[in-house]
Amino acid sequence: MSVRSNNPIGPLDYTRRTWMRLVLLGTFIFLYAPTVTLVAFSFNDSRRNIVWRGFTFKYYEKAWNNSSLVEAFANSLTIAFLSTLISVILGTMTAILLWRFRFPGKAGYEGAMSLPIVIPEICMGVAMLAFFSRIGWPSGLPWPLNLGAITIAHISFSFPFVTVVVRARLASFNRELEEAAKDLGAGEWQAFKDILIPHMRPGLIAGALLAFTLSLDDFVITFFTSGPDTITFPIKIYSMIRFSVTPEVNAASAVLIAITLVMTTFALWFQSRSGGQSGGRAHG
Amino acid sequence: MADRPVILQIKQVVKNFGNVYAVNGVNLNIHEGEFFALLGPSGCGKTTLLRMLAGFEFPSEGSIKIDGKETRDIPPNQRPVNMVFQSYAVFPHMTVFDNVAYGLKVAKTPREEVKKRVQDALALVKLDGYDLRKPDQLSGGQRQRVALARALVKRPRVLLLDEPLSALDAKLREAMQLELVKLQKAVGITFVIVTHDQDEALSMADRIAVMENGVVRQVAPPGELYESPNCRFVADFIGRMNLFSGIVEGQEDGSKLVVSTELLGKLTIPHIEKLSGKLHLAVRPEKLRISSEILPSAHFSFPGEVDAVVYHGSESHVYLKTDAGPLLCATLTNLSRSSVRPEKGERLWIGWAPEDTLVLSE
Ligand SMILES: Nc1ncnc2c1ncn2[C@@H]1O[C@H](COP(=O)(O)OP(=O)(O)OP(=O)(O)O)[C@@H](O)[C@H]1O
Ligand SMILES: [Mg+2]
Repeated sequence: MSVRSNNPIGPLDYTRRTWMRLVLLGTFIFLYAPTVTLVAFSFNDSRRNIVWRGFTFKYYEKAWNNSSLVEAFANSLTIAFLSTLISVILGTMTAILLWRFRFPGKAGYEGAMSLPIVIPEICMGVAMLAFFSRIGWPSGLPWPLNLGAITIAHISFSFPFVTVVVRARLASFNRELEEAAKDLGAGEWQAFKDILIPHMRPGLIAGALLAFTLSLDDFVITFFTSGPDTITFPIKIYSMIRFSVTPEVNAASAVLIAITLVMTTFALWFQSRSGGQSGGRAHG
Repeated sequence: MADRPVILQIKQVVKNFGNVYAVNGVNLNIHEGEFFALLGPSGCGKTTLLRMLAGFEFPSEGSIKIDGKETRDIPPNQRPVNMVFQSYAVFPHMTVFDNVAYGLKVAKTPREEVKKRVQDALALVKLDGYDLRKPDQLSGGQRQRVALARALVKRPRVLLLDEPLSALDAKLREAMQLELVKLQKAVGITFVIVTHDQDEALSMADRIAVMENGVVRQVAPPGELYESPNCRFVADFIGRMNLFSGIVEGQEDGSKLVVSTELLGKLTIPHIEKLSGKLHLAVRPEKLRISSEILPSAHFSFPGEVDAVVYHGSESHVYLKTDAGPLLCATLTNLSRSSVRPEKGERLWIGWAPEDTLVLSE
């Protein structure tokens, strides 16, 4: 280390320049200060969110005892889980379809498929609302069936993201690997399972993570597709802060942040563990 | 070799992609235990032909029989052939052991047998002890050997190799050429190797098929291919060649051909076959002789001036501009460290023995 720091700073050693470090620090503060403040004030022993009055866990307790908040939380997680699962399956199948086959109208299909990525959310929300009321989607179903409409809406905007990510991953696949597996006696399905899926794994994980977070914090589209008994977490928070931003909201948000962090870390860990395998060189 | 049974019978095979005819009417019989090479310039259809043998492409016309069985309806995973891919296609997420074991596991071979056969295969390619390595911890040559072991462990009737050595450096390639030949003789499996490197084909194969634009131009053992090419393309593609065109003037004593060439005048060449019209004459550079005096009378001999001398280590290529016009190339072996090479501008005689002249049709 000491040997390195004695070295002169090279033209590309940006991380060793003072001004660069300051910019970096500034960016970090800009990006993370709000989040850190939010979490910090969830421990604030005060009804308002402005002045620090001392440390307490009582708002976590309060949030935990707020049954409608917990219900909204459970709804959000359920929707996110289901929509992620189905988005990954659907998105992966679409990606493979687009990667492997040539068919008439492929370009149009591909364009239409990524439409949900570019369409303004508000338009999609209105469209979903109109759609579900037009077909007369039943309301008042028992849990979790009542979350169906929201889940379908979430799938429709998150699976294209999975497709894009998985497709990008597939582009680096060496077709000879699959042929080699078949040459060695594997059938279509076995070659897919043994060779293609391991190759796609990083893309699958990234896609799933994307789908999960997209679903978990979606507000606009959910707002248009939710009913009185299908409140999700972002919508619940929104209705709570219309009165005042209490540390209870902070506490609930902090829990959500924690969950997202744990999941991301797990996914990254999983990816780096399998990364050495499927991220390996595809060619000679 | 020819007395052995035919294992691969390729009959009138055509393969077109739209209006690109990658393979255009190929007939080949490959015998059991043979080391067979498909040689040709880039894009001549070698890979396409090999992929049809493996079952990854279907012939547009014609038939391929393996062991006497028509293969049209046999998918790749059920053919008694295995392939070593140009990119090796070693599975990156599996260890060396799992790579080699893959084909056996797919075939539901008992675990003990898998273990034994994989170890044997790894020993065969001198990779014992590498079982637990991942492909990205191997060198190019080692990965190539994993691919080889993975195919050999299945004990195929025919092993197909698509430019298996092209990614290796010159030294390693030469070593692997020797090893591959030894290996093939040891396991006794028929090898069909694709290459665009003529040295590789000449030094390894029992027989070589030279391809051009989807057509096989000549099938012959290496020596015959080099010394008696049957057409201009093969002569030019294999090794170096001095080529000139000429017109048959007539026949002499029934065993000699009189050919008038545009620049070198009338040449009388021993040749039994009766020919007429235009043809090509060819001489290998190492058959040319250079001398400061006129060559003995049995030789063709032309005076000229040295145009360039290119040093290649073991030999030198001397380009001599004859007074008559053509530029001829002769190779001189650098027999001793102090070998004196001609110098540019030096006036010399160049020539060759008439029987070393090749007569080629268009
Ligand atoms: N899938 C395909 N679609 C269209 N054309 C193809 C396809 N595969 C091969 N070709 C064409 O067929 C011809 C022969 O290709 P092939 O790969 O067999 O050549 P090759 O002899 O193996 O060449 P190289 O030494 O460069 O590998 C080429 O002109 C190529 O462009
Ligand atoms: Mg090729």
